[in-house]
Amino acid sequence: MSRTGGRTLAEKVWDEHVVRSAEGEPDLLFIDLHLIHEVTSPQAFDGLRLAGRRVRRPDLTLATEDHNVPTIDWDKPIADPVSRTQVETLRRNAEEFGVRLHPLGDVEQGIVHVVGPQLGLTQPGMTIVCGDSHTSTHGAFGAIAFGIGTSEVEHVLATQTLPQSKPRTMAVTVNGSLPEGVTAKDLVLTLITHTGTGGGQGYIVEYRGQAIEELSMEARMTICNMSIEWGAKAGLIAPDDTTFAYIEGRPEAPKGADWDEAVAHWRTLVSDDDAEFDREIVLDASTMTPFVTWGTNPGQGVPLGGAVPVPAEFEDPSDQVAAERALTYMGLEAGTPMREVKVDTVFVGSCTNGRIEDLRLAADIVKGRRVAADTRLLVVPGSVRVRLQAEQEGLDVVFKEAGAEWRGAGCSMCLGMNPDQLAPGERSASTSNRNFEGRQGKGGRTHLVSVPVAAATAIRGTLSSPADLEPAAAGAAS
Amino acid sequence: MEKFTSHTGVGVPLRRSNVDTDQIIPAVYLKRVTRSGFEDGLFAAWRNDPAFVLNQPAYAAGSVLVAGPDFGTGSSREHAVWALQNYGFKAVISSRFADIFRGNSGKAGLVAAQVDEKVVQRIWAILEDQPGATVTVDLESRTVRAGEGVDAVEDSFDIDDYTRWRLLEGLDDIGITLGREAEIAAYEAARPAWKPVTQRV
Ligand code: SF4
Repeated sequence: MSRTGGRTLAEKVWDEHVVRSAEGEPDLLFIDLHLIHEVTSPQAFDGLRLAGRRVRRPDLTLATEDHNVPTIDWDKPIADPVSRTQVETLRRNAEEFGVRLHPLGDVEQGIVHVVGPQLGLTQPGMTIVCGDSHTSTHGAFGAIAFGIGTSEVEHVLATQTLPQSKPRTMAVTVNGSLPEGVTAKDLVLTLITHTGTGGGQGYIVEYRGQAIEELSMEARMTICNMSIEWGAKAGLIAPDDTTFAYIEGRPEAPKGADWDEAVAHWRTLVSDDDAEFDREIVLDASTMTPFVTWGTNPGQGVPLGGAVPVPAEFEDPSDQVAAERALTYMGLEAGTPMREVKVDTVFVGSCTNGRIEDLRLAADIVKGRRVAADTRLLVVPGSVRVRLQAEQEGLDVVFKEAGAEWRGAGCSMCLGMNPDQLAPGERSASTSNRNFEGRQGKGGRTHLVSVPVAAATAIRGTLSSPADLEPAAAGAAS
Repeated sequence: MEKFTSHTGVGVPLRRSNVDTDQIIPAVYLKRVTRSGFEDGLFAAWRNDPAFVLNQPAYAAGSVLVAGPDFGTGSSREHAVWALQNYGFKAVISSRFADIFRGNSGKAGLVAAQVDEKVVQRIWAILEDQPGATVTVDLESRTVRAGEGVDAVEDSFDIDDYTRWRLLEGLDDIGITLGREAEIAAYEAARPAWKPVTQRV
């Protein structure tokens, strides 16, 4: 990743964090923020305990409970013993090692990738790690953020550093503007289908271009969140005024003179004009449409207006086999228009699309309408703050009046570690990021969709976009 | 991590090839929240069989596992190495190891000594002839030794130089990085004051 000319954004952030660099060794990187949750941390803390080590920088470490927590009855003891043990272990570890924890019931509790940005802890130019692959979300602020394994969690706890080999760099330039009703989720799903799930392997990806610049911070997080879904090590976006405006005033944001100094530095965090990327992809946003998946990986997608593909029409024989297997698992006939696919459960939530803007968008669509008779709509805010904000705006009432379930904060049906799961054969339209076999419950069938598609699907009961809906009941529209 | 120079202990002949990590430690044991206590899950499926080698008193206290080729294939679970160590194994001898298992072993301090297939066969013969006989794994001289007299085995084993150095010095990845304390402290001292913190400590 080193060159004579200008440097990319990723290279600048990387270089700022090199503690030690030596021939034949990976670079030793300093980690600015280490996020922790209950599932991937217990063995790391146990390793520290066995070796008599401590957490080097508790002040750069933050823990929250998200993967396992129930989204109803969260004030009662967790029923599942394994989940309860993991949560209780995190509480004991946080106490013993002096780590700040936002447990279930705390106002700052939520999905770790929603909580960091919300507190203002996620800032441009940082290195951020977490024992969770969707740590890439934080790259939306111009940070290098990536998921790590449990041994690496222990390494960061003990040393606040991580040995890392420099990845290659890629630019994804998205020109033009997204058409009305087409979201960041559609953009990233289109990109993944275009590149395949391994297209980003070995790269730190910078998303840029007019369409990216026009996105809100929350939409940028949706894009960076799914970087891992096409194999990238991390994804990031150069910070700009949109970024600074989002951070300013948050609890852990710099204040006063510190703010000015921080912003002055953040403005330097852009790829130089003469910087060279190892690879470049160019897309046109203006031609994009609502996009949904039909298969069992995020790269198996089509426009909502399209049909379930015919496996024999794929060029690559291994794609043909994969498509056939996926269609069998998904219970789909080749050639069926996507709009005719009937959905049992709609899930709005996750670290991809569980933020306040997502809930506003969904509420706007279901307002004055009813969820279809045999369809269930589950709305799960990404954090307690998101839930409270939504309730203050009356969004919960909109959802409940439409017949939706309004839940507490957590990962919920994104991965089905808590009781929110699909039954075998049950079909979902989900705003989350993974449609792997069994991801949302054993035998569950997942279609990844944007928030507007999720909301419209809940109303019609088949995969739909808001344009397919009858006008809302008179007097109810906002 | 403890330093490893040489270890002599009861050898356990595991006459099986392709022992994958699901066999070393089945997935049901992965729900644990500790890094210790996995010994009860080690080879769980086989331990129900009274004839299984570890169920024989002479081998029960074994600390050197002598296994067939392609040991440690399958999932990358680090628990496989922990389970072997928790049971009391210090070294595994095989003619071929899966890459990820070899890497995980090196990180955790378990010696994965790769020898010629014929050497494994000869050690097996000794261990089955004299249950409870010991095997020596000498990392300093990179040799394995077993048996006495005309049947004695002494041969060299393969292990990469970097892993050998770390094991001899007793350095895990964390230990090595902690050795860079001065560099880390210097970096920390130069970090801008406005960088965020989660708490004042
Ligand atoms: S919401 Fe889903 S993807 Fe995000 S952290 Fe939770 S389980 Fe992982």
